[in-house]
Amino acid sequence: MMITVKKLVKRFGLKTVLRGVDFEVQPGEFVALLGPNGAGKTTFLRILASLSRPSLGEVNIAGYKLPAQAAQVRARLGVVSHLPLLYGDLTAEENLRFYARMYNIPDYEARITEVLEMVGLETRRRDLVRTYSRGMQQRLAIGRAVLHDPDVMLFDEPYTGLDQDASSMLDEVLKTVAAQGRTVVMTSHDLARAEDLATRFDILSRGIITASATRRQLKRSNLLTFYREALAG
Amino acid sequence: MNKAMHGIKTTQKHFAAKPSFLRAVFAIVWKDVQAEYRSLELVSAMLVFSLLVIIIFNFALDLDPKMRQTVTAGVLWTTFAFAGTLGLNRSMAIEKDRGCLDGLLLAPVDRSAIYFGKAISNLAFMLVVEAIVLPVYSVLYNTNLFQPGLLMVILLGSIGYVGVGTLLATMSVQTRTRDILLSILLFPVVLPVLLPAIIASNGFLAGVELADILFSIGLLVAYDVIFIAVAFMVFDSVVEE
Repeated sequence: MMITVKKLVKRFGLKTVLRGVDFEVQPGEFVALLGPNGAGKTTFLRILASLSRPSLGEVNIAGYKLPAQAAQVRARLGVVSHLPLLYGDLTAEENLRFYARMYNIPDYEARITEVLEMVGLETRRRDLVRTYSRGMQQRLAIGRAVLHDPDVMLFDEPYTGLDQDASSMLDEVLKTVAAQGRTVVMTSHDLARAEDLATRFDILSRGIITASATRRQLKRSNLLTFYREALAG
Repeated sequence: MNKAMHGIKTTQKHFAAKPSFLRAVFAIVWKDVQAEYRSLELVSAMLVFSLLVIIIFNFALDLDPKMRQTVTAGVLWTTFAFAGTLGLNRSMAIEKDRGCLDGLLLAPVDRSAIYFGKAISNLAFMLVVEAIVLPVYSVLYNTNLFQPGLLMVILLGSIGYVGVGTLLATMSVQTRTRDILLSILLFPVVLPVLLPAIIASNGFLAGVELADILFSIGLLVAYDVIFIAVAFMVFDSVVEE
């Protein structure tokens, strides 16, 4: 398994956000983690990303344990959230150069060019990121996240704030990222996009995963029906 | 984009071992310097504020030349402390507002390297502001501030201030009341640095024997070491939820 989570509990003071989540992802799988607001999707992803410590339970990613082996996990992890994690006063290539140094990527100039071509921003590489549209920033954010060629990608609501064109472009970038054999976990409210991209759908509700189905299992019903039934149950 | 995207096939793994501590620190400092060189957001805010404070003090106190020398250390450190708060707040807000702090925390580096990187760049910006404020102050107050001893005290005081300030700014930036909270947290904690800094600065300005100032300098050095060591140890816990 690329990701194994057992009986994960996360508490913030008296509030329990995750109540014993069990979750497994095989290498190369694209899992869409769906659920209503406040279900704990972002908290769950932040724990996988080693940005938040679990209160109880076990988390293993790419064979490394969290939080004990967090540095090894981070080297194999790419994270994209609705915030770009980019510096507005730096150009695209300066941002990527900075992250390349932080990830100790050898020969990073060639890799930066490769990534900028992948996200379609090669011609704007010397422009300040604050001059980019929201969609361009999100594409560059994906470029930043794949720069060190991670095995696992975590996407937290990557479509937030994007218009139709930008969302379609992001679809293509996400498909490319997934086609490169990476394991992907994405949270989203956009069921149509999730249905188009993911190979498995997990529903997180009230702090636990209430239902899970692969694309093949969903063929008879559609994702919306499955989602509604999972929340009702 | 399509052509490019379909042409990309990653065949080799690009990630390498965890970067060295110094390399990560340097990357953060260089990033901050580049961004600041372009925007001048931090330095200009701190500088304008500092100049306004010393000009206001100049008119408000309306002192005779002898008295001016007596209040110099207090006015200088008050100016540096308030301007420093502005800079620290802004420096961490830039990281937080666009999620960049998460970007730093996601890198496979020792988190203390993030602390040292931010602290060194904050110190550099504070020293730039001080380097401009000192000659302006000298002219306005007709006081010679360019004494090696005084400059050393300013350096030591700034190190301690930024050392603890960077840690507290990292904590306060994660709250809704970050602008107020940093000042409330920072000033009581940083007093052990500010008091010996003011006493030692006064001593150098008044031409007191070095032996009489050494105790304050020793205190400054000790607090610098303690604050930086504590920040080094607790930074990981401060940034993790």
